[in-house]
Amino acid sequence: MLKEKDKIFTNLFGDEPFHIKNAQARGDWDNTKELIKKGREWIIDEMKKSELRGRGGAGFPTGLKWSFMPKDSKLTNYLVVNADESEPGTCKDRDMIRNEPHKLIEGCLLASFAMNAHTCYIYIRGEYFNEAVVLQKAIDEAYDAGLIGKNAAKSGWDFDIFLHRGAGAYICGEETALLESLEGKKGQPRLKPPFPANKGLYGSPTTVNNVETIAVVPTILRRGGEWFSSFGRPKNTGTKVFCISGHVNNPCNIEEEMSIPLRELVEKHAGGVTGGWDNLKAVIPGGSSVPLIPKSTCDTVLMDFDSLSAVKSGLGTAAVIVMDKSTDLVKAISKLSHFYKHESCGQCTPCREGTGWMWRMMEKIGNGYASSNDIDKLLDVTKQIEGHTICALGDAAAWPIQGLFRHFRDEIEEQLKKTKAA
Amino acid sequence: MSNQKNAFVFNKENEIKAKEILLKYPTDRRQSAIMPLLDLAQRQNENWLSRDIVEYVADYLEMPFIKAWEVVTFYSMYYTKYNGKYLVQVCGTTPCWLRGSDQVIKACKEVISPEPNTVSSDGLFSWMQVECLGACVNAPLVQINDDYYEDLTYDTTKNVLQSLIDGSPLSIGSQSGRKSSKAVS
Repeated sequence: MLKEKDKIFTNLFGDEPFHIKNAQARGDWDNTKELIKKGREWIIDEMKKSELRGRGGAGFPTGLKWSFMPKDSKLTNYLVVNADESEPGTCKDRDMIRNEPHKLIEGCLLASFAMNAHTCYIYIRGEYFNEAVVLQKAIDEAYDAGLIGKNAAKSGWDFDIFLHRGAGAYICGEETALLESLEGKKGQPRLKPPFPANKGLYGSPTTVNNVETIAVVPTILRRGGEWFSSFGRPKNTGTKVFCISGHVNNPCNIEEEMSIPLRELVEKHAGGVTGGWDNLKAVIPGGSSVPLIPKSTCDTVLMDFDSLSAVKSGLGTAAVIVMDKSTDLVKAISKLSHFYKHESCGQCTPCREGTGWMWRMMEKIGNGYASSNDIDKLLDVTKQIEGHTICALGDAAAWPIQGLFRHFRDEIEEQLKKTKAA
Repeated sequence: MSNQKNAFVFNKENEIKAKEILLKYPTDRRQSAIMPLLDLAQRQNENWLSRDIVEYVADYLEMPFIKAWEVVTFYSMYYTKYNGKYLVQVCGTTPCWLRGSDQVIKACKEVISPEPNTVSSDGLFSWMQVECLGACVNAPLVQINDDYYEDLTYDTTKNVLQSLIDGSPLSIGSQSGRKSSKAVS
């Protein structure tokens, strides 16, 4: 269990005010100038040593990503923070924004300096209105204190942060859709390459990072990359904020050590599964886009990137959705199918047409009017969508269905037979 | 709305805000301000956008109307009709559904109207089902205008809606008495 002294987000639940004075008392903005003076190379090097992997879902090594930014570009470099938190099950960034905004803002300064960016945009989902109000207040506080703006924190680096509110579109969490949206267009993903590091916002070199990725940067630089990488397992390092929702006694967010066993996470922090561990049916361990895992896997699996991908799922955003034995799993996954149908941007045919088709087939199965052949056909369609679209939304719509039938096909077919007989 | 083109203009306060918003983006990238300006216009017009208003915002940003209309119809938070003083948005995605969003919907049907997207007879509110609102460990929840009401049950949903009828809305956030997303211990 992660010790209190090793927690990065000591005010995750807002026990204290978010304001700059309180944040400084908690250690934020402590001699930021010194960190910047150590130089760009040092910062990127520490980030590489920390082995931090991006916290938005894909898990790409952060230090490496930063090193892709061109060093001598004549264009303006940008940092864009992805605060469009919309992956079902996920609500960790929300707590960081409303209760620890100064960690994020200081992280923006340090990351931007490391990537030669004088300007940062934070794209926050439109529904997080009150969170955006808090974040804007915190940004204003940082400006007033001279910590950002001209000669930010007396480092000699000029740095501006602008907050941009979205307006309700899951797809804008995809980095190139986010950039389109920020440019004032429909949020439809761009073809890659070119990657944002070469051609991003307004055609300039851009790095898009998740809120949590940026908010842990100041602490990593203060305590050292090796401190951060001492938690978890190799290549799966650090502390992580998990969101535990669904059928548990005490749903919550909690910062823990990476690679904590799933069972320990749920039992120690969320009060256990409703009705006890043996009442568990399945868990979606990393937000709606990753395949579910059955109880037998949950018994032993560790909560990290490699452990979950070894069981054909993923850590994703570390949003743990727990489902006990009372759950109609077909309906639970069908609701996710509806989500993807609603959120498809409509650009690629397999996704635009396929997400609706998959949802209707899931409803048919849920209502009991389907055959084993229908399941085969559905799985075949998921394979035709997966990998055949510009962005990963098509994959994300296919995987939960594949996961469901990988583990529960026999049980579902049994149910279909019973309905038919009746 | 009348047939007179561009009857809508930003009021004084919003005119200042609009100018401030434009400062966030490079001067040759005015289109970037379309989302915040549509939001501003919508707030000035009882939370909905008519075609005339969208034309006004498009002109304001020197962009084609159709590009602005694409934005309006792409994002779910722009409304092209009046939704009542309070718009109650019920999250029905899996994490909320697992914890009883059906009961929240039931309460909305009873108090507001049997059908979604229908303004109640007194004009006070309407409800609709939406996808994940991103507060899943406080499920189930509703968003009412700008505010989240969390950890709801059938009864507490009714209490929240009644408080709107009574003209003194309950405090936002968790309705189960806990603080933020911290586990109850």
